[in-house]
Amino acid sequence: MKNPLESLHMTVILGVVLTVIMVLVALGIGSA
Amino acid sequence: MEFALHLIRWFHVLSGVMWIGLLWYLNFVQVPTMPKIPDEMKPAIGKHIAPAVLFWFRWGAASTVLWGLILAWMQGTLGSRLAIGLIEGDATTAMIGIAMWFGLIMALNVWFVIWPNQKIVLGIVDAADEAKPKAARTALLFSRTNTLLSIPMLYGMIAAQNPPF
Repeated sequence: MKNPLESLHMTVILGVVLTVIMVLVALGIGSA
Repeated sequence: MEFALHLIRWFHVLSGVMWIGLLWYLNFVQVPTMPKIPDEMKPAIGKHIAPAVLFWFRWGAASTVLWGLILAWMQGTLGSRLAIGLIEGDATTAMIGIAMWFGLIMALNVWFVIWPNQKIVLGIVDAADEAKPKAARTALLFSRTNTLLSIPMLYGMIAAQNPPF
C-alpha cells in the first residue's frame, strides 16, 4: 500500500485533519 | 523585560518563517519540479541549491526552537505549555503546548533524520550508491511528516495569540 505522505495533497489534508483533532483535544483539556 | 520579550518573539517568528518557508519550498516546489528538470540541469539543484536550502533550513529550525523556548521560559509558561495545559485545564495553553511539541518533533526530525539522510543523497558524506535511494525516501517521508505537522503547529501558535473560542 502506498504511503499517504508520498502524495502532497494527502499530506495537506492530513495536516488539516490533525489541526481539527488538536482543537478538539485542547477544548477537551479546557473543559476538564 | 517587555521589550526583550517583544524582540525575542520577533527573532522567533523571523527564524520560523525561514524554516517553514524553506520546508514548504522543498515540498511544494523543489521535489515536485525535479522530474520536469532536464537531466543536464539537475546537478545545479543537488550541488548548489539544495545544500544552501538545507543550511538555512536546519539552522532556521534550531534558531526557531531556541528563541521559542527562551520566550516561553521568560514568560514563565514553559512548564505549563510543555504539560499541554493539563495542570491548569486551559484550552489556550493546551493549544500552544501541543503546537510546541509538534515544533520540537519537527526540529528533531530536521537535525537527526532529514539532514543526515540528505548528506547521503547529496554526496556530502561517503556512502554506497545503493544507500542513496533509501536515504532519499527516508528524507522525503520525514520532510512530508514535517509539512503535515507544520499545519496544526502554525494554527496552534496563532490560536494561542488569537483564540477561536
